[in-house]
Amino acid sequence: MSFVRSNMAILKALKLFSKTFSSLSSHPLRVCVVGSGPAGFYTVEKMLKAHERAEVDIIDRLPTPYGLVRSGVAPDHPETKIVTNQFSRVALNERCSFFGNVSLGSSVSLSELREIYNVVVLAYGAESDRVLDIPGEDLTGIHSAREFVWWYNGHPDCRNLAPNLKSTDTVVILGQGNVALDVARILLRPTMELATTDIAFHALAALEESSVRKVYLVGRRGPIQAACTAKELREVLAVKDLYVNIHEADLLKSPKDEEELKNNRIRRRVYELLSKEATSGPSHPTSGQRELHFVFFQKPDRFLDSERGKGHVAGVHFEKTMLRENGDSGKQIAVGTGQFEDLKCGLVLKSIGYKSVPVDGLPFDHHKGIVPNVKGRVLKYSSGNLTQFEGLYVCGWLKRGPTGIIATNLYCAEETVASISEDLEKGVLTSTSTSSKPGREGLLQLLDSRNVRVVSFNDWEKIDTEEKRLGRLRNKQREKLTTWEELQELAMK
Amino acid sequence: MFISKFSQLGVRMMKGLTKVPVMSAPRTSHFNVVLQPLFCIQRHEPFCSTAADKAQEAGNKEKQKISVTFVDKDGEEHHITVPIGMSMLEAAHENDIELEGACEGSLACSTCHVIVADMEYYNKLEDPTDEENDMLDLAFGLTETSRLGCQVIAKPELDGIRLALPAATRNFAVDGYKPKPH
Repeated sequence: MSFVRSNMAILKALKLFSKTFSSLSSHPLRVCVVGSGPAGFYTVEKMLKAHERAEVDIIDRLPTPYGLVRSGVAPDHPETKIVTNQFSRVALNERCSFFGNVSLGSSVSLSELREIYNVVVLAYGAESDRVLDIPGEDLTGIHSAREFVWWYNGHPDCRNLAPNLKSTDTVVILGQGNVALDVARILLRPTMELATTDIAFHALAALEESSVRKVYLVGRRGPIQAACTAKELREVLAVKDLYVNIHEADLLKSPKDEEELKNNRIRRRVYELLSKEATSGPSHPTSGQRELHFVFFQKPDRFLDSERGKGHVAGVHFEKTMLRENGDSGKQIAVGTGQFEDLKCGLVLKSIGYKSVPVDGLPFDHHKGIVPNVKGRVLKYSSGNLTQFEGLYVCGWLKRGPTGIIATNLYCAEETVASISEDLEKGVLTSTSTSSKPGREGLLQLLDSRNVRVVSFNDWEKIDTEEKRLGRLRNKQREKLTTWEELQELAMK
Repeated sequence: MFISKFSQLGVRMMKGLTKVPVMSAPRTSHFNVVLQPLFCIQRHEPFCSTAADKAQEAGNKEKQKISVTFVDKDGEEHHITVPIGMSMLEAAHENDIELEGACEGSLACSTCHVIVADMEYYNKLEDPTDEENDMLDLAFGLTETSRLGCQVIAKPELDGIRLALPAATRNFAVDGYKPKPH
């Protein structure tokens, strides 16, 4: 016990030392966080708490903050968005400034940011998609789930996606993760129930006129490997008046499957829900009833063109798969069996993962789709070796890949900020002792010289107020402004 | 489940009515006290007329308190007293204990994860609902006696309970690096 106590005393002394260190230093610590989603805001929060002299600016390419909490979280999950209360308190801290409408790469370059700030933390996430790389992938009627999600969430970049929900009754979703389940739920849920959420107006209108009746959720592996969580699965299974189809034969378990289940609580609970659903409920849909089909052990081989060859998707050609243990990882992977079948549909949504995009001058591991880093410290290749990129850090999906929940970013940010603190203590960040960096003032001057109209947090609050007002008129939680013009115009008022 | 949430709302309402936030020390908890009643009015409109009555009830009970110990990430102990009916999430915030509450107790996140130190006390709690278990699935450093702080409501039998906050960063290195199974 006394040993633990003395260790704690050392720990406290160290903490005190680091706080004193940064407060004794004559210059404020100028920090810029790029991206204002959960990873960005948690980083700011931890940074402000750990360093009393830190002045933190958080920039975003959109005029609106909160990243995927605004454009990713489903409109019928308002509870998940409550975290924005916490983020807005962070933004209102006197040592923090939000600058929207500022794009890394076009408004300001990475090397400029590094000149202006002592510490730059990149937390801009993953704004692109993994591809299947199979024939027909560029046919019309095939979208990534990310685009579809951005569309129904009113992201200005997907305002005009216009997925065709009127000329088909069948949608194939590739993937069985939580994004896939969100998308399926939005397509199948009675629109009455969506009407009071903050779903984009154009999406609600399109869904109200939708002719989609059948949704297939297709996975390459089995129900034991499905990437969703119990909460999302429970929700989609509970959609009102929905016929759910799961083949009982797919639920058979191999010894290896049993082992996987034993070691994974999430997989176990997901499997239980699927099994229960497979053995309960009616075996056939009633006429006109909406249908959700879970399809396992199928991998897309190519997309089928419509008969008239008009370049519109008419279906997916699948190859049946089986599981084989991967020698290296011991994981079960899907391998083709040489048996094929077609699934006809008029719309395909690929929910196979997001992908980060590097900016100029940023080291990037294209294989893993992340910035090479050690606990958030960016590494660069120099003469064949990986060395630390001074003053540059990452957090969130750019650091660890596009997985996890909002809370994952809390721990992720804690880790990155701990690395920054450690580097400050060790004197790795030479810029903090040699000269003062211009920080906020420098950034604003540069942006002004380029005629970039910065959207402040105060400007965002104008957008926020207007969106809530418009929402009240339609009995919705919020009516999002969904074009760049509308957002910028209101911010400038 | 519904009832316990209801009484939580009541407690929040009452706090909003009687407590003046201390603005000189802008800690998270004080903001919560101000914000939560507003939030309640917006999102739970149909319930709010009766929430005041519930607040009265909660007020009578509040004289009764239990003692609770939080063990933080550094192993430091915080001894606090918690009124009957209050959730451990709220109690932590009232006492400046660093327990996150991203969804503010609406059972949509796992950030208020606490570990009940003694099985004896864990068994005195009602079993977690499916919804709580769904969230616990995603908690870092899950143990056999893990619960969400927002779902553990102070009652007399829990007097003396010890709750540990998971050592998040250490667990992150293990749990956070799972490649996406696809």
